[in-house]
Amino acid sequence: MPKDHGVGASSARREDVRFLTGRGKYTDDIALQGQTHAVFVRSQVANGVITSIDTTEAAAMPGVLAVFTGADFADVGGNPAGWQINSRDGEPMKEPKRPVLAHGKVRHVGDAYAAVIAETEEQARDAAEAIVAEIEEQPAVVDMGKALEDGSPLVHDEIGTNQCFDWGWIEDNRAATDAAIKAAPHVTTLELVNNRLVPNAMEPRASMADYDPGTGDYTLYTTSQNPHLTRLLISAFVLGIPENKLKVVAPDVGGGFGSKIYHYGEEALVLAAAKKIGRPVRWTASRSESFLSDAHGRDHVTKIELACEEDGTFIAFRTETMANVGAYLSNFSTATPTFLHGTLMAGNYAVPNVYVNVKAVFTNTAPVDAYRGAGRPEATYSLERVIDMAARELGIDPLEIRRRNFVQPDQFPFTSAAGLEYDTGDYGALVDTLEEMIDRDGFEARRRDSAARGKLRGLGVNTYIEACGIAPSNLVGVLGARVGLYDAATVRVNATGNIAVMVGAHSHGQGHETAFPQVVADMLGVDENSIEIVHGDTSKIPFGMGTYGSRSLAVCGSAVVRATDKIITKGKKIAAHMLEAAEADIEFTDGQFSVAGTDKSVGFGDVALKAYIPHDFPLEEVEPGLEETAFYDPANFTYPSGAYACEVEVDPETGKVTVDRFAAADDFGNVINPMIVTGQVHGGLAQGIGQALLEQTTYDSEGQLISASYMDYAMPRADDLPFYEVDHSCQTPCTHNPLGVKGCGEAGAIGSPPSVVNAVIDALHAGGHTHVTHIDMPLTPARVWSAINS
Amino acid sequence: MYAFDLERPGRIADAVKLLSDSEESQPLGGGQTLIPTLKQRLAMPERLVSLTAIPEMQGVCLSDAGEVCIGGATTHATVAAEAGAYPALAALAAGIGDPAVRNRGTIGGSLANNDPSACYPAAALGSGARIITNAREIAADDYFQGMFTTALDEGEIITEVRFPVPEKAHYEKFDQPASRFALTAVFVAKYADGVRVAVTGASEEGVFRWSEAEAALSADFSAEALSGLSLSGDGMISDLHGSGAYRAHLAKVLTGRAVAAAR
Repeated sequence: MPKDHGVGASSARREDVRFLTGRGKYTDDIALQGQTHAVFVRSQVANGVITSIDTTEAAAMPGVLAVFTGADFADVGGNPAGWQINSRDGEPMKEPKRPVLAHGKVRHVGDAYAAVIAETEEQARDAAEAIVAEIEEQPAVVDMGKALEDGSPLVHDEIGTNQCFDWGWIEDNRAATDAAIKAAPHVTTLELVNNRLVPNAMEPRASMADYDPGTGDYTLYTTSQNPHLTRLLISAFVLGIPENKLKVVAPDVGGGFGSKIYHYGEEALVLAAAKKIGRPVRWTASRSESFLSDAHGRDHVTKIELACEEDGTFIAFRTETMANVGAYLSNFSTATPTFLHGTLMAGNYAVPNVYVNVKAVFTNTAPVDAYRGAGRPEATYSLERVIDMAARELGIDPLEIRRRNFVQPDQFPFTSAAGLEYDTGDYGALVDTLEEMIDRDGFEARRRDSAARGKLRGLGVNTYIEACGIAPSNLVGVLGARVGLYDAATVRVNATGNIAVMVGAHSHGQGHETAFPQVVADMLGVDENSIEIVHGDTSKIPFGMGTYGSRSLAVCGSAVVRATDKIITKGKKIAAHMLEAAEADIEFTDGQFSVAGTDKSVGFGDVALKAYIPHDFPLEEVEPGLEETAFYDPANFTYPSGAYACEVEVDPETGKVTVDRFAAADDFGNVINPMIVTGQVHGGLAQGIGQALLEQTTYDSEGQLISASYMDYAMPRADDLPFYEVDHSCQTPCTHNPLGVKGCGEAGAIGSPPSVVNAVIDALHAGGHTHVTHIDMPLTPARVWSAINS
Repeated sequence: MYAFDLERPGRIADAVKLLSDSEESQPLGGGQTLIPTLKQRLAMPERLVSLTAIPEMQGVCLSDAGEVCIGGATTHATVAAEAGAYPALAALAAGIGDPAVRNRGTIGGSLANNDPSACYPAAALGSGARIITNAREIAADDYFQGMFTTALDEGEIITEVRFPVPEKAHYEKFDQPASRFALTAVFVAKYADGVRVAVTGASEEGVFRWSEAEAALSADFSAEALSGLSLSGDGMISDLHGSGAYRAHLAKVLTGRAVAAAR
């Protein structure tokens, strides 16, 4: 029988009450006395030299309080990359400065070069239109291949190249991989594009700054997934405001998907403006600004080769990728195509040789950074497409060729040929589960039924492995990370026994306010509704790294466990005194401290009260109060894995693809709240299917974003998606965190694109269109029709 | 959005007067194109004259001649619900945009804007409708004059649209995946005196009649009758959602499907 509370129960998401009734409090909902409005002036050309900016007329317009240009920030720091990558020759990556406002040059359409602060937004907008900027347009470079050619226009003149780095992983494996491929009996080669995506969080980015001249304190309300990281970047790198004078608050945030991990110039601008005019300054992006200035995702151009025996045994994977970083390095743009992509290029497989080469390329486009999945979708898509192609060439069933190459359950812990140590997994069991879910025996009947309606039915499958909770800090430091990757939690037991848990993770849709209390409630034997989660305010929570990379439960949840362990340890000391027993004899179960072997016990609430009203208290041994903090730095990544299947119908006359069935079998380790996990998978699948079929980010050759609104950028809607079959009963717990959890937030987006594309190729082959071996995402009707008729 | 004055007259004559008063006045139907344009600051009218408070321009009725007559300011939702005498037309209205769009957008607004990918132009041209304005009556064949261009004069208002009801008709729409406007769509209507075929979403000239298909279908109202025909991709819209050749191909496929589905 399913549990109705605590770990393993599908407790209803308590935060949904406010989200669904319009009572959420987002940055744009906050109104401060005397607030003013910022409007940004953004470049309409992709590459240009700013010859002059005349703000005289704008500054004199009604309601205008201040006008800023790049010159005002020429002497402050740049927004840095969070990870240093070295090229194969040992040279550090090129790292041009990313200023608060563009200065001297604009480098992509949407690059902000001025800002107006006024009493009203309309006044600020009027004044922004009155700013006269002379920008000498220069040829733009959008295509990565062209950007790397000699004589290409340069995005950053001062570095003399558009190549950020040329990274090899693992460089020592290169020669062996080359040799293995040369000697292999069968090599399958695939060139593909992993399409650029616009994040499109429902809530656009927004920031409001307040400055208190009386104390010199700044407060920044902002749409962030990690307020402490934002504070650190602003303090240590950009504006130099001391951390103790800057409070960053990320209240309710309406989705991030990665795009709100990063610090953006607008945050620094409103802070500087609030100080200058002595009043709060607010800004909320329009949807058009979001399209042009949020960090985009993906955008790889890849060649992958799979060498195998005739029986399908994998010998080697060799990958060459160009990764677009856009016009500036966003905070994790250099880690995403490298350590979150290259290290996953062995997949779920016991393949002996893997080599990956990634060239990161500057172009005159919006910056590109981690977006739901971040590198792992790119890795999974390349691997699982080329494996599918090889299976077809060799005449081997697509699930069977994968089974033959899986790392086997008795091989864990297993060090992959790409250098990661997988702790647990059972990939064969996932495929078994998947086969039970998809009624494969009924497929041919369904295919005939489709054919009778003039449609081509295809079945596509894939597996995936991903890496969550990126860690440990010691290792990533060696690899170039400039931040730690721990997280933190404080458990504060109040005198009356209810509890506040202050966490470094940030919830912007993930359900932390429900799931974290389930963990604590189980450990302390209390009602989960007596536990409150506090997050998103640097003045209230310990220094944590926030939420990204499916890390919250695995990393921050582990910190919660450790802090709660400390509460129990201290509670035992207090209980021992209350029960007049030795501390070693105290046991704690179901909320009761008891003396082993006796019927003497005291409840958790009584111990809490004693901690705060410490009469008759062993003050020489124990401090009053019941509050503990823990920082948790994981020993390794966690490794969720899964097996997915998709059935599509293709209309060969129009090229339209309809996803008819989708099944996802995932191994997330232990599951705290199955309903939330299912919801996370659903959301990820929607984004993955969106990438595969709909989402098309198109810049023209001059660097104009053609798909800059919902008129041309197709987001997945409910009727684009099937009812999903989701299963997470395969559970091989993570071995190195106390909850045994692996992370589920990105899996759906990572695992789903290849099975959709594989299914379409399968459908076309069934219809006799065997010349079609690959179509680049998104598989729009026009692209599928063109492929059929090519 | 720049500031503007808003007038909501209750009579056609008052609306016409307000529009002729000033060159800076602009009529506002349901606002499903104009309001987003204003929000982007891409237009700066001094005055908007809303046409949605005029009772004479509201509603659906059947004329003595058996035409379905629709007031110019009637919303798509109302047409979907009340134009049951012309099922293909009601179904077309029910497929425009989403409920929010259908509850605001009007037939007159759509026809006056003549977006090359809109649905209503296909129905009007495919039905040989009569566009009634405050000043005159315009046959659909004379009304559509190219992308975003119509026979309307400055300040002229569509007060009503009259649709002859065919024996059979169907609107076959292929959605542009993002906007869900017609990537290409075809309205086929079979009348006693012949078949009309109107194609929207495809041509750079906006909605057009496919006369070869009309001739073939007038002789034999079946999808097979189209087998020897084809449209050229020249002059068709080519964008990130499909080439001209693709749209030309779609027009033929959709015409066949519309014929097969016509009721």
